[in-house]
Amino acid sequence: MAVCVAVIAKENYPLYIRSVPTENELKFHYMVHTSLDVVDEKISAMGKALVDQRELYLGLLYPTEDYKVYGYVTNSKVKFVMVVDSSNTALRDNEIRSMFRKLHNSYTDVMCNPFYNPGDRIQSRQRVEGQVSSLNWTVSLCRAFDSMVTSMMIQVC
Amino acid sequence: MVDAVLFELLHTEMVAELWAPDSDLDPGPGVSAGRGGRGQRTSLQVLEGVGFRVGQALGERLPREMLAFREELDVLKFLCKDLWGAVFQKQMDSLRTNHQGTYILQDSSFPLLVHVGSGLQYLEEAPKFLAFTCGLLRGTLSTLGIKSLVSASVAALPACKFQVVIERS
Repeated sequence: MAVCVAVIAKENYPLYIRSVPTENELKFHYMVHTSLDVVDEKISAMGKALVDQRELYLGLLYPTEDYKVYGYVTNSKVKFVMVVDSSNTALRDNEIRSMFRKLHNSYTDVMCNPFYNPGDRIQSRQRVEGQVSSLNWTVSLCRAFDSMVTSMMIQVC
Repeated sequence: MVDAVLFELLHTEMVAELWAPDSDLDPGPGVSAGRGGRGQRTSLQVLEGVGFRVGQALGERLPREMLAFREELDVLKFLCKDLWGAVFQKQMDSLRTNHQGTYILQDSSFPLLVHVGSGLQYLEEAPKFLAFTCGLLRGTLSTLGIKSLVSASVAALPACKFQVVIERS
């Protein structure tokens, strides 16, 4: 059960960030922001290590008393950060990996959408008059991304 | 299975469409002829832009199952093997580098030029068939974090060379 999911671009600004609505969303935003440092550390550590292969899945970034933060980086240096609730029985590594894989697939689909400009925020609500036909595609694909994230927050997949 | 054919037909049509208004003008790099020279260069830029966006999307989709790239050479090898394999169903024939950021990718039988002709006939028409692919390479490199300049040259159809110059900041 993911509590917060964030997609961070190469230049370290958020492309998409969404959390289960609770009292203070800002706390999650702050957690994601601080986790970026850990992500950078892991990436540079892997770069210097003499390991032949580098994994995309970064694993547990840091645990807090209530939450655990997991990270994943793609080949295009786009980072996915997921915050999960610690209270329920520990989610197995495989489950987290499969959640990240689904997220990566959905993100790839958004990227392949010709109406999506790389670097824009992934929004699912656009109220611009006059360009409805082209935006319908963007809306439907971002909605697919949104609904995939929602399903991850409701249940483990 | 029919993807390759569809893509080739679409590409041929794109080139034809972008060149249609200029077909009767002298195809030189002329700066003097008002609309002629400018129209040609715009068409090349449009084609390259299209290729760039496609390259960005492919750069996200193709390396999905692969492990992270360690260095620039790995990225270039990915271009030669996986990107070329996915788009043209064959691999690049040779990759050379001077280790200073310039790479030469050689293809001795480029699929988009194979049907144009062989030898020296239609040599002047060749660049317009390469613009999209230059953009494709540049787009994929840009998604993978490498800013570059890609240009292509043809000595004799259907062999061609793509030169990738990595911009170092």
